[in-house]
Amino acid sequence: MKKNLQLVGTAVPRHDAWAKAKGEQLYSDDFTMPQMLYGKVLRSKYPAAILRGIDISKAKALPGVRAVLTAADVPKNEDITKFGQMRDVGGGFEGLYKVLANGKVRSKSEAIALVAADTEELAEYACTLIEVDYEVTEGVFDPRESIKEGAYVVSSEDKDNIVMRTKVEDGDINAAWALCDVVVEGDYFTTPHEHAYIETEGGMAWIDENEVVTLRVGTQVLEHYRTMAKILGLPHTKVRNMSVPMGGGFGGKEDMTVEMYLALLTLATRRPVKMVWSREESMDTHAKRHPEYLHYKTGATKDGKIMAQEVSIVMDSGSYTYLTPWVQMYSTQAAAGPYQIPNVRVQSVSAFTNNTFSSANRGFGGTQVNFAYERQIEELAAKLNMSPLELRRRNIVHNGDPLPTGFIPQGHIALEELLAKVDKELNRTPKPERLPDGRKVGRAIAIGHMVYGRLTFLHDSSRVSLRVELDGSVTLRAGVPDLGGGQASVLCQIIAEELGLKITDVHPYIMDTHLTPLCGTTTATRQLYMSGNATYKCVSIMKERVLEKASSILGYPPDMLELANRKVYLINNPLVNIPFETVIGHISNDGGELELIAQFNAPFTEVPDLADIKSRLNPDLTYTCHGVEVAVDEETGQFEMLRLIAACDAGKMINKNSCEGQIEGGAVYDALWATHEDLQWRNGITKANNFSTYLIPTSVDVPDVETIILESGGGLGPYGAKGVGEPSDNSIAPALVNAIRDAIGTGLNLNKMPVTAEKILAAVKGIDIEK
Amino acid sequence: MSMHPITLKVNGKPHTLLVKSNELLVNVLRDKLFLTGTKYGCGIAECGACTIMKDKRSIMSCLVPAVVADGWEITTSEGLSKGDKLSPVQEAFVDLAAIQCGFCTPGMVVTATALLHENPNPDEDFIRDYLRGNFCRCTGYVAMSKAVLAAAAKMKEEAQ
Ligand code: FES
Ligand code: FES
Repeated sequence: MKKNLQLVGTAVPRHDAWAKAKGEQLYSDDFTMPQMLYGKVLRSKYPAAILRGIDISKAKALPGVRAVLTAADVPKNEDITKFGQMRDVGGGFEGLYKVLANGKVRSKSEAIALVAADTEELAEYACTLIEVDYEVTEGVFDPRESIKEGAYVVSSEDKDNIVMRTKVEDGDINAAWALCDVVVEGDYFTTPHEHAYIETEGGMAWIDENEVVTLRVGTQVLEHYRTMAKILGLPHTKVRNMSVPMGGGFGGKEDMTVEMYLALLTLATRRPVKMVWSREESMDTHAKRHPEYLHYKTGATKDGKIMAQEVSIVMDSGSYTYLTPWVQMYSTQAAAGPYQIPNVRVQSVSAFTNNTFSSANRGFGGTQVNFAYERQIEELAAKLNMSPLELRRRNIVHNGDPLPTGFIPQGHIALEELLAKVDKELNRTPKPERLPDGRKVGRAIAIGHMVYGRLTFLHDSSRVSLRVELDGSVTLRAGVPDLGGGQASVLCQIIAEELGLKITDVHPYIMDTHLTPLCGTTTATRQLYMSGNATYKCVSIMKERVLEKASSILGYPPDMLELANRKVYLINNPLVNIPFETVIGHISNDGGELELIAQFNAPFTEVPDLADIKSRLNPDLTYTCHGVEVAVDEETGQFEMLRLIAACDAGKMINKNSCEGQIEGGAVYDALWATHEDLQWRNGITKANNFSTYLIPTSVDVPDVETIILESGGGLGPYGAKGVGEPSDNSIAPALVNAIRDAIGTGLNLNKMPVTAEKILAAVKGIDIEK
Repeated sequence: MSMHPITLKVNGKPHTLLVKSNELLVNVLRDKLFLTGTKYGCGIAECGACTIMKDKRSIMSCLVPAVVADGWEITTSEGLSKGDKLSPVQEAFVDLAAIQCGFCTPGMVVTATALLHENPNPDEDFIRDYLRGNFCRCTGYVAMSKAVLAAAAKMKEEAQ
């Protein structure tokens, strides 16, 4: 690996920054075509009902309405959810997926029919003319109820509501309690979390001159084109997504959004169709972070060694399976936290309800358990009369320690350093008891671990291609969905670094299912790790080729040469050099290959035994630490976040700006999840389905994030990088709530989200709101 | 529905258009003038994605009926740069990485431009308060307030 990095680690602007600054970047909603129609979805009025019949005749008869479709019109309406994996895992891992509802309606806003019409208004009006005969049923809205025998069954296809059960166990939990001097126990609840990307879902589709169903839809998963082809009964070669950058994704554009609806409507009308969801439709419809009901029991010796932890988790899958089993595996694996606990048992179950379905959201099962275990650690410390920092120090994992599954992470574990740095920064001045205005001050720290890279039994891979142009510039082709994290630009930076070019010499062509090599999903914090490694592999081959050719021209061995400033030069005497493009000219002239493709494969493992997971599930983990200072008004229960410190071991920063941006943005993404971002689900209805009722942080709700980035070099990505996208939003929620606890001196009412001002106020007054 | 003629001056260019009485300014800009830099994010004047500038003040175009905008002179994000030359605010957003997905960016740079018209010497509190109507889900706002400070400094320098 190159020693003196010129570009990697610097803060160069991304290739797309200028267009975005000028308002010229085009997104899914920014395209139009001649003869274009508008698509609308008719959605269920009720969260639970039986569809007795649908009469589309009035809608169809309306002039200007070009198609009205129901489940009967979908070639293969029912399939199982897969995200590119070839093998069946079983045990509930793959679940039923329906394009349009039939039989039982499983949630409010489930899609029932599709309309394409000449104008958007007309399509909307036509939806109101579709007569749906519902038999409204009771429904079930709490997974703790839905797992019970005799509960209302959400689907028409299954006998009960269970999606999956799984377990991780280590040591002898039953015997371990006898070793504990102190035991704490608690019930926790984490609310569904809305992604609230500023761009709602949308896009367009048309049929090209060769009968290819073509889309322009921003998605985190280009590979959905295969599922679409299957549903439409077409070969994989005949469904294409010329995708575009997303205005944010955070996991919410990981499942299919508008793709199937657009494809069906364009096939039915043979005209281009556009569909864009309103904010309300988006919030009612797309997946949420899984609500989890967690029970934790933790025991320690009196000198603070944690000996035992038992966890049970009930997850709300909502109306369909989607990625529930995947998220569940993450939660189950991460539940005991980054602590070395000899005796652990984690059991989890996920179940259907008539709520909006749950699926991926940044943090993917890690955030929920992180909230619970870090709340638990804080209460354990209080009971031990020990500082929470000291309790963490005595129990954190270090290099070489196994996870409860038995897997020993290979990457570096920097928790010791992270804790020390955040503590120093947070407590650089003594904590005042109160602010001059009388508000109580509280400080706390929380840590977290979050995997990067996909589940290893899914056998993940990524590929990119590059072509050196004859003027010495480089074209990168990569099917890498860019949702704003700079996923494509960072690959250019690696290429420019290795070939001694400027970043502007490399241009990325990205996100076309059939013209760019498939990089795999922009999910699971995997792009830098996977596609970064594929890029590094690809450019290294090209670099070797360039050095060999230059060596034959200059007459020095390749290992005495290096690439920089668009030249190949002699390391000991840079005056001996040859322009990069001259070498490229020679390679071309001699018939050398200037276009390359390379593939990187993640570590592969076997499918684990879900009843008792005892194997590696992911490539590696990233560790974070957040520190928060709050001021709490004891008269009102309101708090203000005064300081927010976000620390992470990034392994190696490839783009300094992008890395810091993830760590700052990640902290703020979940800063108010525990307290303010409440969708107000009531019996399957999302009451807070727009931006005036669902409150995401604005610029005045959060302080400047103070970032601390470590570069241990101990990651599995290029140059020792780790993934930071999802880890960055772990451990902020418990840090905030623990800081509130520190201010008010009690953990009462703080375990169940939303932790509202009313709950805090009650806690201050010593009132247990559940009693 | 009856159509109404309106005139609009957008980024210095005059337009005469026929609009429906319920048509919104944001849609006229996007669908009729193809100025897609102005974004739809919520439709209820909460998120700021549709922000444009009128009389050096930022307003949200998603609740403004196009007929009400008859005779207006407005600037959109596309009108801030001169060809390839970015405005100081846009340049600072690029340099300080205040842009991730970029979907909030057009509205954000318009608001930041209006901010600096109103107060060429803002401090961080003023900036954070001024930007509160522009949501960003990606950045955490840190880079943005730094970028506005940098743009203010740059503009002062250029004015001297
Ligand atoms: S779209 Fe106008 S403020 Fe959100
Ligand atoms: S950069 Fe994505 S919303 Fe602001």
